[in-house]
Amino acid sequence: MGPTPEVLEKFRKKAELVSAIVSEVDSMAQAIAYTVDLCTQKEACQLLMSGCEESLSDRGHDLCELKQWGKVIAAPALNDADMAELVKQAASRGISVIKEGMRKNLAGIDIGFTMADYGIGETGSLVIDSSSEELRLATMISEIHVAVIPKSRIRATAEDMYDEIKGFQSRKPNYLAFVTGASRTADIERVLALGVHGPLELHILILEDK
Amino acid sequence: MQTAKTLSDYNKELREALDNTFLRGAMEKFATAYPVGRANAFREYDVTALIDEVAKVKDAGISRLNDLYAEFKAKAEANGVKVHWAKDGDEANEIVARIAKENSCKMIVKSKSMTAEETLLNHRLEKDGLEVVETDLGEWIIQLRSEGPSHMVMPAIHLSRYQVAELFSQVTRQDQSSDIQRLVKVARRELRAKYAQADMGVSGANFAIAETGTIGLMTNEGNARLVTTLPRVHVAIAGIDKLCGTLEDALKILRVVPKNATGQAITSYVTWISGANECQTAPGGKKEMHIIFLDNGRSEMAKDPLFAQVLRCVRCGACANVCPVYRMVGGHQMGHIYIGAIGLILTYFFHGKDKARNLVQNCINCEACKHICAAGIDLPRLIKEIHSRILDEEGHPLPSLLLGKLMKNRKLFHTFLRTAKMAQRPLTGGTQYIRHLPHIFSKDHGFKALPAIAAKPFRDRFEAIKPRVSAPKYRIALFSGCVQDFVYPEQLEAAVKVLGAHGVEIDFPMDQSCCGLPLQMMGEKKASIDVAKQNIEAMAGNYDYIITLCASCASHLKHNYPFLLGENDAAAKAFADKVIPFSAFMTDVLGVTDEKFTQTHQRATMHAPCHLCRGMGVVEQPRKLLALGGYEYAQAEQEQVCCGFGGTYSAKFPGVSEQILKNKLADAARTAAEVLVTECPGCIMQLRGGAEVNKSGFAVRHIAEVLADHLK
Repeated sequence: MGPTPEVLEKFRKKAELVSAIVSEVDSMAQAIAYTVDLCTQKEACQLLMSGCEESLSDRGHDLCELKQWGKVIAAPALNDADMAELVKQAASRGISVIKEGMRKNLAGIDIGFTMADYGIGETGSLVIDSSSEELRLATMISEIHVAVIPKSRIRATAEDMYDEIKGFQSRKPNYLAFVTGASRTADIERVLALGVHGPLELHILILEDK
Repeated sequence: MQTAKTLSDYNKELREALDNTFLRGAMEKFATAYPVGRANAFREYDVTALIDEVAKVKDAGISRLNDLYAEFKAKAEANGVKVHWAKDGDEANEIVARIAKENSCKMIVKSKSMTAEETLLNHRLEKDGLEVVETDLGEWIIQLRSEGPSHMVMPAIHLSRYQVAELFSQVTRQDQSSDIQRLVKVARRELRAKYAQADMGVSGANFAIAETGTIGLMTNEGNARLVTTLPRVHVAIAGIDKLCGTLEDALKILRVVPKNATGQAITSYVTWISGANECQTAPGGKKEMHIIFLDNGRSEMAKDPLFAQVLRCVRCGACANVCPVYRMVGGHQMGHIYIGAIGLILTYFFHGKDKARNLVQNCINCEACKHICAAGIDLPRLIKEIHSRILDEEGHPLPSLLLGKLMKNRKLFHTFLRTAKMAQRPLTGGTQYIRHLPHIFSKDHGFKALPAIAAKPFRDRFEAIKPRVSAPKYRIALFSGCVQDFVYPEQLEAAVKVLGAHGVEIDFPMDQSCCGLPLQMMGEKKASIDVAKQNIEAMAGNYDYIITLCASCASHLKHNYPFLLGENDAAAKAFADKVIPFSAFMTDVLGVTDEKFTQTHQRATMHAPCHLCRGMGVVEQPRKLLALGGYEYAQAEQEQVCCGFGGTYSAKFPGVSEQILKNKLADAARTAAEVLVTECPGCIMQLRGGAEVNKSGFAVRHIAEVLADHLK
């Protein structure tokens, strides 16, 4: 059973309030096309957003050098069919796709592409089982995080998924994340800045799962 | 960090903070933005009900901390986590140092943890030659400056972008612009390099869920996720008060904290870690994970019937956000490590009375913190209680002792006031103000004109003006408080006139004395209990209501008397039940109409006394009464923010008091009202005295007076 229109609307509104970009897609193929397009349109060099163009200390700069040139999408937990589709679409635009090795890419990847397990309407949050280290890092070191959430998995409140959350927490060890909008800080003069440690943008694709 | 040894040193530091224009500007902007953000975040919720739930959940946890710990430990250890209990800060630090040594760690990245601040963990680790890097942006900035946090949620709120740019220029040895977005990117890059190198990550924990052995972390920046992912060792350090039973408990707290802290529905990241997770660089591919629970006096506190509630604190920082004193001087002067109202309390318990002695006096008792607290902690009461404890432990200062002795003896006290009236003559120059302050006071205290003691106190006038009412609607006793009795008797006279005109029979029991609040403010708890008993006895007649025109007296009589004398004291309860503020009696009980008043529509603005709007929950009644009385009510900005008087507070901290008052007068002036109305003689003393010196151009009057002016 899917969410009521009210819950869905609230999920979208609340997510957008914290600067998430929310769209609806009919299929995974469409979600993949969205992601590849986004990566194509993105500034040719992600370093523009990540701080490499800033005046950095020598050590800070070394990390930038680690970064391989060219665009990268990380998709650590995609099933084989979707992965094949992503690789095909990405290759035609000259984008590399990686499934693992996030630690070698700490300087940053362009897009982390993941599935979300649940959505919380009350706050516009995604619930993502991040027990896989690769997946967890992909959602943190990417400049843009694109997450696909099947519509039927959006619930009104976190309380409506006690059993599901407890299910995760009993499959130990477990690392579960509620993700709401992009990484943010207001630590300097209370001025909002996005992407301080994690993604600068969060895109949520609501997947029609009839 | 607060280190002043004496009150006078402390006042000097406060002066410096007051002179810091950037700090003042930042605080001001924050203080006006916060209530709006919070109200938005809670708009669709019943805030009181949510806060009650947090209090309930926390209380249930506090009463069984040992059980929760045992349950948590068993669950977590079954999943490869090592769980420790540290009796104090040193012990906690030693455990972390040992883990670092055993795992050959050289570099540590930290995600913000107030508990680690409490134990001064970084100092200890640096002693072993370890490099420790804070990754929360604000924490990193203050770490680079070797400072403590100035706010629990916004640790670097006291710094400007220019200061940060200068700091980052030193750190990177490159020139940095002062553009905030760019500075944040520089931090992102510099800190990413640190994560990559670190062997150990240290985090706090907002929740420790016993049933699953799960810790919960809230961050906006996401640094906690990197700190708990990249290094091969993770140590979480948390107060034992973070233990809760179930996920349900944690979610209840989660619903309130971000809204109350920053006006966010939820933080960007909420991370739930259950067990030692996968870590590719760790031997065996599994993280070495430790959780240290810090006691540091919390177990003792949990057994204390009054102070156990302190452990409800969820560290949202809201008590600082609304504190008028914090707003003036910032966190370095309004706290030691923990800041704001909760900080005054925690400093005493965690860092000792030497650190708390001066701080604890810097509460103006406006109760704003109590009313914003995410867990419903009665912060002002606890602060006063600690003040009283410190005096009991260290000996009471002479002036405070003498005041206690004096006030306990009503006749002596009143004789003293009558004598003072004679002694002040050379100082008044025949005006209603004390014109020439003795020289030692004049420099810091000259910001407001002090009123002279009245020629004849109310108690000597009452018999002559007492209304003779046949078939009275109500029989009431008037409780004057000493300020109105001896300084502003005309306010009581005005009330008598208005009440008499509405068919109310009035008595003024002569044995009543000071309500005792000043004694409590000075930490003289025993004397304040004695005074309470005297007043209850004096007002024991057959009255329908006990009316007071002083908001502070009203709140003290109603809420503190039963507390001071014990909740089981029937006389105190019966007395307290009858207490009602003047405006509430007029509107709610008497139901006055506009027919008895001349409707001139003179423009009037209001100052809502702290102890009326928050202490008694009386907000609408004075506004309504003003309109019925024929005035046009013009709401001033921040009507409910304290005027800076706070009884003896303004004498003890004149610099802070002066600045709070200036804001208040400016707000009132902007309404272009002819008269500033309030319902507390203390507020009038502050506001009228300030308006006189400031030449504000409006009159300051008690609501009873403006009503009497319009009585037909």
